[in-house]
Amino acid sequence: MDDQKRININGNSFSFTTGETILTVAQRNHIDIPTLCYLKGTTPTGACRMCVVEVKKARNLLPACSTPAESNMEVQTESQQVIESRRMSLQLLLASGNHNCAVRGSDGQSWTAFQLNVQQQDNSEDLCPVWGDCKLQNLAYRYQVSGETFPATENKYPMETVNPFIVRDFSRCILCGRCVQACNEVQVNNAISLGYRGADAKIIAAGDRPLKDSDCVFCGECIQACPVGALVEKDARYDWRPWSNRKVRTTCSYCGVGCQLDFHIQDNRIVKISGAEETPPNYGSLCVKGRFGFHFIHSEDRLKTPLIKKNGNFQEATWDEALDLTAKRLLEIKEKNGPDSIGVLTSARITNEDNYAAMKFTRAVLKTNNIDHCARL
Amino acid sequence: MTNTIGDIEDADVILVTGSNTTENHPVLSTYVKRAVKFKNTRLIVIDPRRIKLTEFADYWLRPNLGTDVAWINGLMHVIIAENLHNQKFIETRTSDFEALKAMVEKFTPDYVESITGIPVQQIIDAARLYASAKAGAILYCMGITQHTTGTDNVKSLANLAMLCGNLGIPGGGVNPLRGQNNVQGACDMGGLPNVYTGYQKVTDEAARKKMEKAWAVTNLPDQVGLTVTEMVPMAHDGDIKAMYIIGENPLVSDPDLNHAEKSFSNLDFLVLQDIFMTETAQLADVVLPSACFAEKDGTFSNTERRVQRVRKALQPPGSAKDDWEITAEIAKRMGYDMVYDNSEEIFEEIAKVTPSYAGITYDRIERCGIHWPCPDTKHPGTPILHTAQFTHGKGVFHAIDYIPPAEQTDDQYPLYLTTGRVLYHYHTGTMTRRTEGLNERAPENFVEISAADADKYDFKDGDKAKIASRRGEIIAKLKISTKAVNGSVFIPFHFAEAAANKLTNAALDPVSKIPEYKVCAVKLSKLMAS
Ligand code: SF4
Ligand code: SF4
Ligand code: SF4
Ligand code: FES
Repeated sequence: MDDQKRININGNSFSFTTGETILTVAQRNHIDIPTLCYLKGTTPTGACRMCVVEVKKARNLLPACSTPAESNMEVQTESQQVIESRRMSLQLLLASGNHNCAVRGSDGQSWTAFQLNVQQQDNSEDLCPVWGDCKLQNLAYRYQVSGETFPATENKYPMETVNPFIVRDFSRCILCGRCVQACNEVQVNNAISLGYRGADAKIIAAGDRPLKDSDCVFCGECIQACPVGALVEKDARYDWRPWSNRKVRTTCSYCGVGCQLDFHIQDNRIVKISGAEETPPNYGSLCVKGRFGFHFIHSEDRLKTPLIKKNGNFQEATWDEALDLTAKRLLEIKEKNGPDSIGVLTSARITNEDNYAAMKFTRAVLKTNNIDHCARL
Repeated sequence: MTNTIGDIEDADVILVTGSNTTENHPVLSTYVKRAVKFKNTRLIVIDPRRIKLTEFADYWLRPNLGTDVAWINGLMHVIIAENLHNQKFIETRTSDFEALKAMVEKFTPDYVESITGIPVQQIIDAARLYASAKAGAILYCMGITQHTTGTDNVKSLANLAMLCGNLGIPGGGVNPLRGQNNVQGACDMGGLPNVYTGYQKVTDEAARKKMEKAWAVTNLPDQVGLTVTEMVPMAHDGDIKAMYIIGENPLVSDPDLNHAEKSFSNLDFLVLQDIFMTETAQLADVVLPSACFAEKDGTFSNTERRVQRVRKALQPPGSAKDDWEITAEIAKRMGYDMVYDNSEEIFEEIAKVTPSYAGITYDRIERCGIHWPCPDTKHPGTPILHTAQFTHGKGVFHAIDYIPPAEQTDDQYPLYLTTGRVLYHYHTGTMTRRTEGLNERAPENFVEISAADADKYDFKDGDKAKIASRRGEIIAKLKISTKAVNGSVFIPFHFAEAAANKLTNAALDPVSKIPEYKVCAVKLSKLMAS
């Protein structure tokens, strides 16, 4: 064990392997270093400086997400200097846009004017659409800062709502770059990048066009990566609210990848879907169908009651009528023409349990092996 | 899949063929793209269309439609001629290598170019690259299977993988990508004419006896039943009198639809169980409303054989019921008690009668799915198949000759048609076409055509055209696209109102009974202003 490399964090010694960053060592040992821009599995950008830590003998604070752990390094993750730095970063971010959640603070003079202005731009009287589910809001609370220390910066770019799935609200973008990493390094769709410089900086799709005219395939990876309310599902905006939301984990019903996802349910309706992180096969990723294609579930066209055709027209029936008729006709045809005059098509969409029941029914009850599904098709 | 999805990132070389992965298996394609971009994995794409993945490929080979056996044999010819094959694997793990060797002898790069149109040098380069891999993964989809020679194509890919020792290792394998969410599960559950669950054969007396005992019945039928592609013509001829169809819409998905419609109308009795009034349900005598996946508990088995949970999140609309419940009700009324309290009880029965599922329980897959085979409750599951030996001992090489597609172009029908999907829709569209946003992105059917062909037949982008084959015709908008190859057009099959399958050929692969969706001959003509 002597040749094992060790690092000291907050007075405790931990082993690490070459290539690990201070952040990964800390996370592995349940030491909470706050991050905003860091996105697991992608190249750290060091954009937000929220993860800074104090390293003995280093001249400046260092970002934990991009600083490799070294032997005998001594790290403090919540020293006074660290906390001051984080507070300052947060104050700047909060002042940089329409962050109208309560943590902005109500002590200053400009509160009302600011809120009214944001409401007008949002076209809603509600507070930020991700209120309660925002990393910036959480950190502002944790470090007790408000957005009024610095003058608010002007909001340069209007909201983009012209595609069917994603609302891009540049006024709430903190330019952390997570969406860019998600798009280019996780999904590898290469649709968006950081454009312009300095105060003009903006996340752009090629040539600064709307997403719908870019290479974007609406996988929504960027929404899930965005720590704030800058990228939101169009359907769920102001509808989905974290406090009235029930989550159910399930498997996507489109292709054979079988992505794991969470339904977000309010009032017995699915209001949005997110990818289940930390679990195979998709580790949080989804595609446009899996993430946005759920409206059929609540469609008015769903069949709600059994139907029996009489004189060429369907008429509503009770379950007993429909099932009795089905059983009677199948029995008659089986008697008269033999079991092999009946065929069953089961389905590649329904569950294993449903398929098993259909298979058992075909073989044990109808007594034929004429069962298939449309997998070939 | 013989390997897992996560495994793809461990490959040195990935060969993708007959799969438009970024549109049909989008999340799986991210593994391929990441491997290429961040892990130095080399990519070979073999596909007539300029699909998105070609942008990531080291080599893109563009075969003529329906010539897969030829290029696969061509790669193997080069690999054997240059002595790049894995002799040790061939000796210890396989049999019948000599027969394969004799067969591919004549598939010289020149000969293969003459059939496939792939330039000689590309065949040689791709063969060398695939053979050089420590671990080489093959991914394929319907572009390989939906041919009259589909079974041959699949066996040929297995030949190629065995030749280079690419089976049973991480990052290797021959990996079919399942199109629909639970194709794997429907097959595993014996939703096939020849097998019970876990591929236990109906012709095997021991298997039959075991099922008879488990189900407390006698005289289970011992003859292999009919496939869907056989049932439809038999319904047409009056030999099939009744059908019970659950969750399928063959009237949009079947080949040669005009024929299929007549067949279903000819039945004495048709019961349809589905979540929507589909085109096929319109023809039914009885329609039974079922719950959709968000309204039921159960499991799906994904393309990597991982059995995962489906959970009930909502109440079904109206009086709709679980599919299994409806089936059990019919069984009861026909005199056989199929009583289950919930889906978990059914799963327990599945585990009891299915060796490959024996060790899986709802508890064990509560947080994360398990790959079958999983023979007992201590077994961790089997992410990679064939690590020590093949299911039946040695891996057999199949010597396979090239057979051209069933339908060729001619003066009257000068263009090839191939069908497939687009990113924004799924199968016959009954689900995706109810999301407005997806319709906004892909509102209607189109015919993808190359700029050169559009010129040749004097069409402009967006023109409406009539597309006709020997079986039917549809009308759709032309879309000039760089994805298209000269001489072929592509039509997605999601759109019932202009169903591509009115055109396709019902000619079947003799073994798998898969129709030849991927090649048929068509002609284009202008819509006359009336
Ligand atoms: S939706 Fe997907 S493709 Fe589009 S910008 Fe976001 S991550 Fe990129
Ligand atoms: S849109 Fe969100 S994820 Fe992207 S840079 Fe802005 S805040 Fe970060
Ligand atoms: S989210 Fe997309 S890739 Fe994943 S299973 Fe569903 S359809 Fe397939
Ligand atoms: S999380 Fe480290 S710099 Fe942003």
